[in-house]
Amino acid sequence: MGSSKSSLRHIPNAQELIQDTGFSAAHIQRLYERFDLLDRDQMGRLRVPDFEAISHLAMNPIGDRIIAAFFSPGKDTVDFPSFVRILAHFQPTDDNRTRDSSGKEPYNSPNRKLQFAFQLYDQDGDGKISRAELLQVLQEMLGMQVTDELLQSIAERAIQEADLDQDDAISFDEFKKCLEKVDIDQKMRIGFLS
Amino acid sequence: RDSLFPSSAAHSPPAGYPSILLLNSSPPTNTSRLVLCPPRRKCSIPGPSDHETNHTALTNGTAHQKKAFPVLDLNYEHVHAPFEISLWVLLASLMKLGFHLIPRLNNIVPEKKVPPVMNADVFFLCLLPPIILDAGYFLPIRPFIENIGTILMFAVIGTLWNTFFIGGLLFAVCQINPGYTMDLGLLPCLLFATIISAVDPVAVLAVFEEIHINELLHILVFGESLLNDAVTVVLYHLFEEYAGAGTVTVLDGFLGIICFLVVALGGVLVGAIYGILAAFTSRFTSHMRVIEPLFVFVYSYMAYLSAEMFHLSGIMALIACGAVMKPYVEANISHKSHTTVKYFLKMWSSVSETLIFIFLGVATVDGTHHSWNWIFVTATVILCLIARVIGVIGLTYLMNKVRIVKLTTKDQFIIAYGGLRGAIAFSLGFLLNEEHFPQKKMFLTAIITVVFFTVFVQGMTIKPLVELLAVKKKQEAKRTINEEIHTQFLDHLLTGIEDICGHYGHHHWKDKLNRFNKKYLKRYLIAGTRCEEPQLLSFFHKMEMKHAIEQVEKGGGSNVPSALPSTVSMQNIQPKKPTVEPERMLPKLPKGKEDEIRNILRTNLQKTRLRLHSYNRHTLVADPFEEGISDIILRKRVIQKQKSLNTHINNYLTVPAAPPDTPVMSRARLASDPQARGAKYNADNVPTFQVDLASPQSPDSVTLLNELKKVEDQGLMMKAPSSKSMEGERDQQKLTRCLSDPGPSADEDEDEPFLK
Repeated sequence: MGSSKSSLRHIPNAQELIQDTGFSAAHIQRLYERFDLLDRDQMGRLRVPDFEAISHLAMNPIGDRIIAAFFSPGKDTVDFPSFVRILAHFQPTDDNRTRDSSGKEPYNSPNRKLQFAFQLYDQDGDGKISRAELLQVLQEMLGMQVTDELLQSIAERAIQEADLDQDDAISFDEFKKCLEKVDIDQKMRIGFLS
Repeated sequence: RDSLFPSSAAHSPPAGYPSILLLNSSPPTNTSRLVLCPPRRKCSIPGPSDHETNHTALTNGTAHQKKAFPVLDLNYEHVHAPFEISLWVLLASLMKLGFHLIPRLNNIVPEKKVPPVMNADVFFLCLLPPIILDAGYFLPIRPFIENIGTILMFAVIGTLWNTFFIGGLLFAVCQINPGYTMDLGLLPCLLFATIISAVDPVAVLAVFEEIHINELLHILVFGESLLNDAVTVVLYHLFEEYAGAGTVTVLDGFLGIICFLVVALGGVLVGAIYGILAAFTSRFTSHMRVIEPLFVFVYSYMAYLSAEMFHLSGIMALIACGAVMKPYVEANISHKSHTTVKYFLKMWSSVSETLIFIFLGVATVDGTHHSWNWIFVTATVILCLIARVIGVIGLTYLMNKVRIVKLTTKDQFIIAYGGLRGAIAFSLGFLLNEEHFPQKKMFLTAIITVVFFTVFVQGMTIKPLVELLAVKKKQEAKRTINEEIHTQFLDHLLTGIEDICGHYGHHHWKDKLNRFNKKYLKRYLIAGTRCEEPQLLSFFHKMEMKHAIEQVEKGGGSNVPSALPSTVSMQNIQPKKPTVEPERMLPKLPKGKEDEIRNILRTNLQKTRLRLHSYNRHTLVADPFEEGISDIILRKRVIQKQKSLNTHINNYLTVPAAPPDTPVMSRARLASDPQARGAKYNADNVPTFQVDLASPQSPDSVTLLNELKKVEDQGLMMKAPSSKSMEGERDQQKLTRCLSDPGPSADEDEDEPFLK
């Protein structure tokens, strides 16, 4: 992209972000431009309306959840580092970077990816997907076309299938187990971030 | 393939062998018809004029001389053509049966009766389309589209590379080794290389079906074999046209590229148009269900013929037609039509394939076509192999830079090894004009050698090699509902993230296509309210059906409520299963809920389709919607309801992993062949009624039905609110039975002895 290190100077903490997330300088630059574009009132932070302005996202059944995932609990704005960190989840898995400098698991490991997805289901943050939460997701995805009873049957079946410890909810481990046959790396990756 | 309808003179068969010809429509009395026209016997073409002349001759004859009235007469000429065709089809099918009973090499040469010589037109117009349509209709679209880039690279660039490499080096070999038979110009060499370098879909299908390789490799090789047809067509015409002229200029090359685009895209366009037409037609067939399969076949065949007419790629047209029409047609046509289409396609393609290989075998043995030349043939075989290997390695290296899922060395080896040549190459060679290409016989010999080498040597050894290299096999696709839900969720998630990033990636376009599909196409092409049904829902219904079947298979007895003591058999069947079950007990659904679920499922069950990955010809997984299954499901639901009313035993919804196909296969056998039932078919888990008493393991579906019937008759355990629904179900059941293919009589007859 022709962006040298110097152009990253106006991006706060660029170097730190590069190291933390594994993005290249070019990626950071590109994401910053995108961030800037979305940030309509140029405050350096994104708010919910900024996200909702993306037309396609409005058509997405789970658009609201995705937007909510960017915001840390309790805060109503997203700054650039958080933006980048969330998007770092969608990089392809890099087998070499098993542990980064701070000893945490890198953002784009399959485990972290799954955790991110899990959080989208688990709105109340109790670490489990309860029946109600699952029902909500199904309702959003299947929309108006389906009766409630059918939704409940589907949710019922899903929980029965996955719930190994009989607590009527799907924990993170059970969630992981469901998806063990699915190639998470391939499913949760954005092309241009590779 | 150049001249579709040649006059019979151009392909005069060797003396003594009848051949199958297609007459064109020039003589007014003879419309295009299949006629067997052996050179020795008089061509007896049934037509009005002929009948008249015969008649007048007869009357003339009787005027002169009264013959005795023939009591028994032989008139073979009259049924000549259809008789021999049918005989060949029958022979092919019997041989196919034989191979499955006695595993032997597919190498039988028919007796010296009347071995037919394969005519290129027969091949391209009759034998090839069923196979390609079968492949196209059941093409797994998603992996195909995901890998389309790689497939196109292999098909186009790979074939081009093969052609020029082999052609060039053969020319060099010829130059080194001059001799009359080897005096080949560059263009004939290139033409020959074109013919020999295309990977053949028929051969690939035949071989890859057996080895159950993972989906990615299968679709790569198979997709390549389908799409390289366009390249072959263009190059073939190009070289053939200019072989006479002697040179190919740059302009010709440039025109060739344009021609390629026209051929490929034109073929796809023609196919897509016919596909849309077929889909649209199927929207209105709800009153004439019987002819629905006909539309599918005829539209596809017309697509193929139209494309061939304009020298476009017929194979691509056929694939496009099948792929485009399938989702809409499947939503519109009835269960039975769907089954018919599936089975007919499999049947025709199966017979076609066998016939092709028989003809190939015959052509091999038939010496008049051959002219063996050691150097040429061996050079061809070796060059083919080398070209393929280098081509695959080079292209994979390039593609791996762009691909998400990289191709490993093992994958590359399988792709290279799976580049089989087949009958298309032979037929193209056969079509060569001998005047322009005096070395035609040498070509044919070389082609046959390569074909045999690839199909037999490579084809037979690929299976042990796959085992040896531990290549990933096809996953037994037993998806759970969770997987389905979560993968859809992830799809939405990824689309959303892509939107946030402003990146128009994979998911974005897929989403857009889905939206377009839903908004415009589905509305016009799918009848009624079916267009609204989301995929998740159909998946859920499919799961319910499968589990229901497994339930019945596994232990229908355990579902029988203990309060049905009417028949001794019932009690024996029901095991006293203690609560220490290895399976999980699922939480009890409230009674009202279960009713509702049952009602919903019942109303929805009849509407949903099962989309089966039926691209394996030999193991067609049964469609659980076939006769009787829905009855069983309804019965099962009733039993469940009974159970919960009387006891507190929970539903068993988990089943141990049953062997993938067997219960369903046996179900297919049962369901589709009532005579088998009647004849007390003693296969794996289909015991007769008597035996079944003691073993709760595998209830015969029929017995369960019959028992329930008896129970109904005796009016046991039917509480008032449920009896109405029972009746409703019974009526529904009767209705489905009346409409079912095996015929009510077969079922009814069976009922009597069991109940007595």
